[in-house]
Amino acid sequence: MYRYDELDQAFVEERVAEFRDQTRRHLAGELSEEEFRPLRLRNGLYIQRHAPMLRIAIPYGLLRAAQLRKLADLTRRYDRGYGHFTTRQNLQLNWPALADVPDILAELATVQMHAIQTSGNCVRNVTADHMAGVALDEIDDPRPYCEIVRQWATLHPEFTYLPRKFKIAITGSAEDRAASEVHDIGLHLERDAGGELGFAVLVGGGLGRAPVIGVRIRDFLPLADLLGYLEAILRVYNRYGRRDNIHKARIKVLVKSLGAARFRDEVEAEWQACRASAPLVTAAEVARMRAFFRPPPYETLTDQDAAHGREPRFAAWYRYNTRAHRMPGYRAVLVSLKAHGGNPGDATAAQMEAVADLAERVSFGLIRTTHSQNLLLADVRQDELYEVWRELDGQGLATPNIGTLTDLIACPGLDFCSLANAGTLGVAHDIQRQFDDLDYLYDLGNIEIKMSGCMNACGHHHVGHIGILGVDKHGEEWYQISLGGSANGYTALGEVIGPSVPKQEVAATIGRIVEVYRALRTEDEPFIDTLRRVGLEPFRAGAYALHPQAA
Amino acid sequence: MRYILRRREIVADDWVHLGEEPAEAGAVIVPLERLRTDAARWAGWRGRLGVRLAPAEAPEDLAAELERFGLIAVEFPNAGDGRGYSQARLLRNRLGFQGELRAVGAGVKRDQVFLLARCGFDAIELAAGEDLEAARRALTRYSVAYQPGAAGIPLERQRFTL
Repeated sequence: MYRYDELDQAFVEERVAEFRDQTRRHLAGELSEEEFRPLRLRNGLYIQRHAPMLRIAIPYGLLRAAQLRKLADLTRRYDRGYGHFTTRQNLQLNWPALADVPDILAELATVQMHAIQTSGNCVRNVTADHMAGVALDEIDDPRPYCEIVRQWATLHPEFTYLPRKFKIAITGSAEDRAASEVHDIGLHLERDAGGELGFAVLVGGGLGRAPVIGVRIRDFLPLADLLGYLEAILRVYNRYGRRDNIHKARIKVLVKSLGAARFRDEVEAEWQACRASAPLVTAAEVARMRAFFRPPPYETLTDQDAAHGREPRFAAWYRYNTRAHRMPGYRAVLVSLKAHGGNPGDATAAQMEAVADLAERVSFGLIRTTHSQNLLLADVRQDELYEVWRELDGQGLATPNIGTLTDLIACPGLDFCSLANAGTLGVAHDIQRQFDDLDYLYDLGNIEIKMSGCMNACGHHHVGHIGILGVDKHGEEWYQISLGGSANGYTALGEVIGPSVPKQEVAATIGRIVEVYRALRTEDEPFIDTLRRVGLEPFRAGAYALHPQAA
Repeated sequence: MRYILRRREIVADDWVHLGEEPAEAGAVIVPLERLRTDAARWAGWRGRLGVRLAPAEAPEDLAAELERFGLIAVEFPNAGDGRGYSQARLLRNRLGFQGELRAVGAGVKRDQVFLLARCGFDAIELAAGEDLEAARRALTRYSVAYQPGAAGIPLERQRFTL
């Protein structure tokens, strides 16, 4: 993975010194809250319901063991011994003290980490496919380009005060595991007819109040032009994006108001005009970055049936929590942060340390965070899977539910977030209890539930097969349910099925929805396919039918 | 007397904004809108002329008359409005403006001066009450940048070259 040299190190240390000074001025009354706010946001610091929240950047979800250990250490010393992994592959601390944040950032800098631009109206953490480099269907590893974009976006002098936040995701595979079509810019690695690498460019995707799927404005952008073209898009947005209304300030609104064709023409015109002075991604720079992401020293192995003769619990874990790897004899292991009874995406300091140790022993010392709020050990030998499972199981990190209904995505909700209208964690626990029978869960197959505590859609509810949105109804928490969303190759936005339901009814309503699926599916037909085949109506009817016991 | 940052020095300002005082034949900065509505007056102006751009105004509109202006002031009404950064880049990189490029307005604070300089501003007129000396120091807060600088801005080190 990328390693800082003395320039990168000097930069993050200078950034810490700047923020230490800004925090001091704020605490001394020299910087008002209004003046301090955009500065702290650009260093990942929100003021939340109970305390500040610090969002630490994990660029494209990649961590060294020593970095994960440092995160564990920080949660213990400055927080309450746990952290929350987000859909954008970052880590949030829920309870740091404002005065400690400069020290936390200084400690992060010692392991080549930071919290720069994890919030605020600027280019946020660049995310990627968590299977980068090991996926079977990959055209090219997206991470070198993510790092190039990360560096370019870091304190970009022209684009640090945009109309609104700006999210970029890059994927290199046919299957979109990074939700790139619901990002402000989604970049898909492609090869042209001559075999040259470049990107398809999607713009204007996003969730929030008005969810939109990104539109393709370029089928093929040569690698060399990546940054110049991004500058053209950002410049058009920076100049013409709305600043009068926070709810209409995302680039998706500009794309929609101009129309995709005119927006594309504006970008192309800007691109032609700025090409001469635009930064060029040279072949040397690409080679330099690619060298950081070379495959680890794999051994020559053959595939084996790792589950053969093992107990059913291991076999279930193997089936649900491991993935095929491009190298024979290896598997990628998903570390489930979706234990029943736990908060989705949360990990304790002890769990982080255990995963860091494991990564050093069995996965070349690297850990990845995933869009679906789990961790990944990407390069595990198949003959070590059983031991890995036993260790993860001992840490409560082997719940064999990845890809099932209880592998749900949820934002922190009303329990932590000052924007939320309703809680998500209690509902997640209700759902985990309702679907605690693994055999039943497996029978249901792949169902993605995504839940947000407010319209801002941090939990991506619009693109869940089943989406849950918390709403405030006269001071009570109610939940709107939508069906049919998807963010995986065939991006679709879910449709609300009817009136919202009270908190205690959410899990039961989902229970009725999946029963409709069980009744209507053909053999082996996944939930989303049945839904697309038969339409919403039977689900709508079933969802609101009285529970048989209550009838 | 107003003091401003010019490059890395604190200097007495030798320009006035229209309305500040009757600068007969002196160096005056006129909002673009006033320049258009009072075109005849400013066409005959004998002193140095500067123009002030509001955030929504397009620098491209000045392309044909850049030689008229010894100075272009770009307005930042608040620190969060970043349109002026793009205006500066366009003036320097695309239109090749060589005169003084000055950041003005209530949004020009010490925490922004590093970015402003990197976009091509060689003069910074701080918001009222800002500490000039602290702002001058903030210009050199970073020794590293990840983007090529605007033309004419010295760059110690950079990752990407033009």
